[in-house]
Amino acid sequence: MPQNQRKHPRPGLVLDVDRTTPPILFHHGEGFRMEKLPAGRSRVLYPAEPLPGVSNPNASIRDALENPLGDSPPLSALLKSGMKLTIAFDDISLPLPPMRKPDIRQRIIEAVLDTAAASGVDDVHLIAALALHRRMTESELRHAVGDRVYDAFAPTGAIYNHDAEDPEGMTIIGTTPHGEEVQINKRAAESDLIVYVNINLVSMDGGWKSTATGLSGYTALRHHHNPQTMVESKSFMDQENSELHKSNWRQGKVLKESGIQVFQIETTVNNNTFGYDGPLAMLQKREWEWNFKDRISFLGMQAGLKRMSSTSKRKSFQGWHSPYEITSVQAGEVEAVHKMTTENVYKQHLVQVEGQTDILTMGLPYICPYNVNSVMNPILVACLGLGYFFNMYKGKPLVRKGGVVIMTHPTPWEFHPVHHPSYIDFFERVLSETTDPAVMSQKYEKSFAEDDWYRHLYRTSYAYHGVHPFYMWYWCAHALDHLSEVIIVGGNQEAVRRMGFRSATTLQDAFEIASDSVGFSPTITHYHSPPILMADVS
Amino acid sequence: MCRSMARKLTKREIQRKTREIYKAVGNTPQRMRSIANIKSAQFPYRAAHTPNGVTPLEQKTYLGSEYPTVWARRLPARTVRLLATELIAKPLMSYIASPKRTGYDRLEGLKRRQAVIFVANHHSHADTPLLLTSIPFQWRNRLIVGAAADYFFKSKLGGSLSALFIGAIPVERNKVSRESSDQIASLIKRGWSFMVFPEGGRSPDGWGQPFRAGAAYLSIKCNVPVIPIHLTGTGNILRKGKAWPKRSSTKVTFGAPIWPEEKENSRTYSKKIEQAVAELADEENNDWWVAQKRKHSGQTPTLQGPEMASWRKAWSLESNLEKSSNNKKHWPTI
Repeated sequence: MPQNQRKHPRPGLVLDVDRTTPPILFHHGEGFRMEKLPAGRSRVLYPAEPLPGVSNPNASIRDALENPLGDSPPLSALLKSGMKLTIAFDDISLPLPPMRKPDIRQRIIEAVLDTAAASGVDDVHLIAALALHRRMTESELRHAVGDRVYDAFAPTGAIYNHDAEDPEGMTIIGTTPHGEEVQINKRAAESDLIVYVNINLVSMDGGWKSTATGLSGYTALRHHHNPQTMVESKSFMDQENSELHKSNWRQGKVLKESGIQVFQIETTVNNNTFGYDGPLAMLQKREWEWNFKDRISFLGMQAGLKRMSSTSKRKSFQGWHSPYEITSVQAGEVEAVHKMTTENVYKQHLVQVEGQTDILTMGLPYICPYNVNSVMNPILVACLGLGYFFNMYKGKPLVRKGGVVIMTHPTPWEFHPVHHPSYIDFFERVLSETTDPAVMSQKYEKSFAEDDWYRHLYRTSYAYHGVHPFYMWYWCAHALDHLSEVIIVGGNQEAVRRMGFRSATTLQDAFEIASDSVGFSPTITHYHSPPILMADVS
Repeated sequence: MCRSMARKLTKREIQRKTREIYKAVGNTPQRMRSIANIKSAQFPYRAAHTPNGVTPLEQKTYLGSEYPTVWARRLPARTVRLLATELIAKPLMSYIASPKRTGYDRLEGLKRRQAVIFVANHHSHADTPLLLTSIPFQWRNRLIVGAAADYFFKSKLGGSLSALFIGAIPVERNKVSRESSDQIASLIKRGWSFMVFPEGGRSPDGWGQPFRAGAAYLSIKCNVPVIPIHLTGTGNILRKGKAWPKRSSTKVTFGAPIWPEEKENSRTYSKKIEQAVAELADEENNDWWVAQKRKHSGQTPTLQGPEMASWRKAWSLESNLEKSSNNKKHWPTI
C-alpha cells in the first residue's frame, strides 16, 4: 500500500544487516551508489514515513493566528492602524529541497497581510532573514512569498533581503550576562511588531534563533558561531544540550526585555521529500519495498546520470521541488511556540537507537542549506556530513568517541564563483595551512569577516558573507573533535586531502582504511537519509 | 598443409574460438556473459527479499474477485476477443471437438437485444471455447463468462488472458460474495448476457454436480431468462486431471428459455434449471419423445447419476467402458 494511503505511517526502523539484506542505497552527490554492508555487525537507520499533513493548511494557519500559544494575544489584536509592522521570513536555505508551490511562507504571509489590511496597517516591510547567507534573487523571493505579495511590495522596495553589513540598517540592542552582544536589523527593532514566519525542517531551526540569528550580523553571531560553542553543543540539534541554543536564547531574552515584540509563526513539514509516486519516489522507500516501477526508474536514472555532464546533473537535481505537506502550524509567544514545534519535529524525525557504533556511514545528497541553486563545494560537503548529519542525534553521538565516519560524495574541487567567493580563498589559503577550527578562528576569521571586497559582494551581489566558510568549518568542530578518522568515498582525492580527510575509491577500501582506527571487525551504522531522521541514542 | 594453416577462418569459427579462449582464461567480456549476468542479477535488477525480522509491506494485489475487468469489455478488447473466437477458437474446436449444435430454433422467440443467462453442465476446459463458438453472435458480442476467482484470477497474467480471450469475470465459488454478484447483475441490466457453469467447477468423475443457485438468483434479480445448454463429449477432450487434449466428437444442445415466475424462490428455480439441463441430456442420450415421456412421468435421470457409492458410479460410467480396449473392467481412478 502506498505510503500516503496508510492510516498509520510506520515509524523509523533500525535494520540489522544479515545475508538477506539487499544492497543499500547511498546518496552520492548528484548520483547514487548501491553498497552491500557487512552482515552480522552492521545496521541501517531508516527514517519514519511521512506523517499525514493537515487537511486544510489555510484553515490551520488562520486558527493558529487567532488562537496563539503562550501569553500572546491573537494577531488581529496586535495589529493596529498606524503601526509599523515587519514580517521577517526564513531564506532560501529552508526547506531542503525547496518546497513545491505554494510555499508555506506564501500562505502564512498572505494570511498575516489579510489580517493587517483588515486592521488598517499601512507601514509593512517584508525582510528575508538571511543573516550572513547570500541574498535571494527575485525568482527565489517570488517562489517563497508568491507573486501576489512580491508584486504588491517590490515596486515600493518594501520587500528586500536583510543586510547585516549596512551600517545604517543595523542596531545593537544590548549585551547578555555572558557578554554576548545582541544586534538586529534596525527596521525590525523599530517596528511595533515583528511577525516571524518560520519553517522548522530540523529541531535546530526556529525559536529565538529566527530573530536573534536571522536578522542579526557578524557582531552578534560570532558569540555563538565559534569552535568552542560548537564543540560544547552535543548536539546542536538537541536543544537541551546545545550551547548554540542557549546562546541564542540569552540573546532572545535581551530582545524581549528591550521591548521588541515578536509574534512567532512556526510550521513543520513531513518527510515527503521525494513524493509518493513521482520519479524519485524510491528514494524515500526501503530497498526491499521498491516495486518494478521504482527499480526501472532507478536504473534508468543511473544510466542517464552516467551520460550527463555535472552541470546538467546539478540543474536537473536542483530543479526538484519537494511535495512537502504541512504537519503543524503554531503561532504566538516565541518560547511556547517553539516548544510545541520541537515536539512536532521530533514526532516525525526521532528514531530510537540502542548504543553507539565504531563506524558511521552516510550517503551525502546533492543539497545542503548553502548550495540551493548552486555548487556543493568541498567545504559544504564536510559541513553537511560532519555538521548536519553527524549532529542529528539526541543523547549520544551515533558513533563512539574515536570512531570513524565514512561519507560518500564526489566532493569536486569546484566552487560557485558568485555564491561562494570567500570559500575559494578559505580553501586555498586557510585549509592549506590548518584544519583546526580553533587555530583558524584566531588567525584568519577576522580578516575574512571584515574584508571589504567580501562585504561588497555580500551586500550587492549574491555572495555568502566572507566569514561564512569559517562557520561551515566550525559546524564540523564537534565531529572533528570526536572522531579519529573521516573518510570520503568516491571523492576528489586532492580536495579530500586538503580538508585533512582520507580518500577511498570504494566502501570496502574505506573499511580497510578505517581498520587502522577501529580494528578489523568494527560495528557499522548507516544513516539512511534523506528524508531526515534524528537518532535518539540510548 | 601450409595451405590449410593459412585458411581464413569464418566469422562463426572466430566467434567460437574467441569464446573458448575467454572461457579458458576466465575473462569473459560483458556482452558475452549476459545470460550469466541475468541469472545472477541482484537488487536493483531484481526485487529484494524482505530482510529477516522485518514485517513485509501489505500489498494490495487486485487478484481474485477484486481483479478489474472493465478494460476487457471495451471495444478494443471485444474486437480482439471476437477475432480470436472466429479465427482461432472456431477452427480449433472444429478440429478437436467436431461439434454438432442443435436447438437454436428454441431461441427464436427471444428479442434481439434480450440479455440472457446461459447455463451448462461442465466437464472440461473445452466447454468454454465450445460454447463461445456455439452461442449465436447476437449474444456473443456482449457476453461475460463467470470464471472461478480462485482459479482463473489467481495471477495477473492468467486473469488478463481470461478476461481478454473469454470475457471472464471473477466469481467467488468458495464464499458468498455480494460484490461479484452485484457487479454481474449491473452488467446484465445494462444488456450484457452472462454465461456460467452452475456446477461450480469441472466434474471430477464424469457425472454432473448439483447446480448452485447463483444463476437462478441473477435471473430473478434481473428478470432475464435462463437458457439451459447440455454438452456431451467434452469430458473426453480435456477432463479434469488431463493436461493435453485429445479429439472427440461433441454435441451442444440448446434448451428453451426459462423465465423466472413471480416471487420465484432461487433454490427451487435452480432445481428447475438443473432439471431442464438433465432433460436435454436425456434427449441427447435417447430421443426427444422418450425424454418428454420421462419428463412428464418424473423419471428423467439426474445429471449426478444414480445414487450409489462413488466408485460404482465411476464404474458404471459409459465413457470408462469405452476407454477399455479389451472391454475388461478396470478399477477406475477417482
